[in-house]
Parts: sequence; structure tokens; C-alpha cells
Amino acid sequence: MNVLFFGITKDIVGSSEINFSNELKPVNVAELKKQLIKSYPEFSKLNSLAVAVNSEYADDDLPLNGNEEIAIIPPVSGG
Amino acid sequence: MKKVIEIVDEIDTAKVYAELSDANSGGICVFVGAVREFTNNEEVVALEFETYKAMALKEMEKIADAAMQKWSLNKVVMRHAVGEKGVEEPVVIVGASSAHRDACFEACRFLIDTLKETVPIWKKEKFKNKTVWVSAHP
Repeated sequence: MNVLFFGITKDIVGSSEINFSNELKPVNVAELKKQLIKSYPEFSKLNSLAVAVNSEYADDDLPLNGNEEIAIIPPVSGG
Repeated sequence: MKKVIEIVDEIDTAKVYAELSDANSGGICVFVGAVREFTNNEEVVALEFETYKAMALKEMEKIADAAMQKWSLNKVVMRHAVGEKGVEEPVVIVGASSAHRDACFEACRFLIDTLKETVPIWKKEKFKNKTVWVSAHP
């Protein structure tokens, strides 16, 4: 499972992309968030933490098979 | 209905009139967001913007389409800059044109307000001795 990181989450993990194929096998978005927060406790201090699957905001119950493009979306601040 | 949706390195504010102008539009409304020198009395050296471009373009399309559903618009422009921007430089420009002014005024406000809520773009404030990701923490 490949995960893209942006903004402050990129700084927290120290990379813009990490392959978690061996470590993470979440069945859905909620589980992915839970596993990432366990690995990176700093994530729990953010105002929000959204997940995009195939470049669309994903609900917590969306199932994952590991082949999607997954991105972690910290609080946005454009404009 | 013509839409211009872009993420660019530099915003040319002079282009937008030609992009929004047309024979059916009696009103054109444009909002430009720029880099302000002070945040909470602290001097800002620059802002740095990054984006998840594929998703940002999709989200901007959705906003433009929603505006088009809500108001009778002839043209819409949404353009955001990425990279490092200094004080007074434009970082975002949105606008709409319509037959009468009410529609484009209301749509313009909706375009920028919704962009700030949903489009995956992140801004880092660079001060003299620290940098801060805006809105990241409570």
C-alpha cells in the first residue's frame, strides 16, 4: 500500500510517499487512519485528518484493497 | 459556459478580464488573494504553497460546477498558484461573469470560500525565525 503525504503530514513522516506494503493492510479508511496515528502520534494533534482515495475525499467506511492511490489530507489552507 | 481551472506557478492578474468577458455578461466579479505582510503582528517573509494537483483540479471543477448550478453564469475562472510567494504577490484568483451583477458577486464569494474549505492546497507561513503550516493545529 502506497501512501502520499502533503503539508504538515509530509514533514511529520519525513517523506512525500511511503510504501507500507509489509506493515499496513487496513480493510477500510477508518482502519488506515487508526494505524497511521499509531505509527505517527503527531497526526492526532492536527485539526483534522482526511484521506483521499483515487483523488477523492473518502468516507471512513470505504473499503481498501491496497491498489488505490491513497493520500493523507491534513487541514487545507489554500487561498 | 466556459470554465478555466488551473494550478500555476505564477498568476497573471491582467489575463482574467479577457477570460471572463463576453457579449452576454453585463457583470464581471473577481477576487484576488495576495500575500499579506503581517499575521498576528508577526512579519511574514513569504508563503509557500503546495498541492495535490490531480485532486485539487477535480475539487476546483466541482466548485465551479456547483456555482454554475446555483447561479446563471457565463464564465468562471479559478486559478491558484503554488511555490513560494512574497508580500503583495497574488496567490489565488477566482471570478465569474453573468448577465447581471448579483449572480457574479454571490458566485465569486462562493468560489473562494469553498476553495478554502475543500481544495487540497497547503500554505506554510515563513517568518524570520520559524515556519508554520497554516490551520494545521487547533
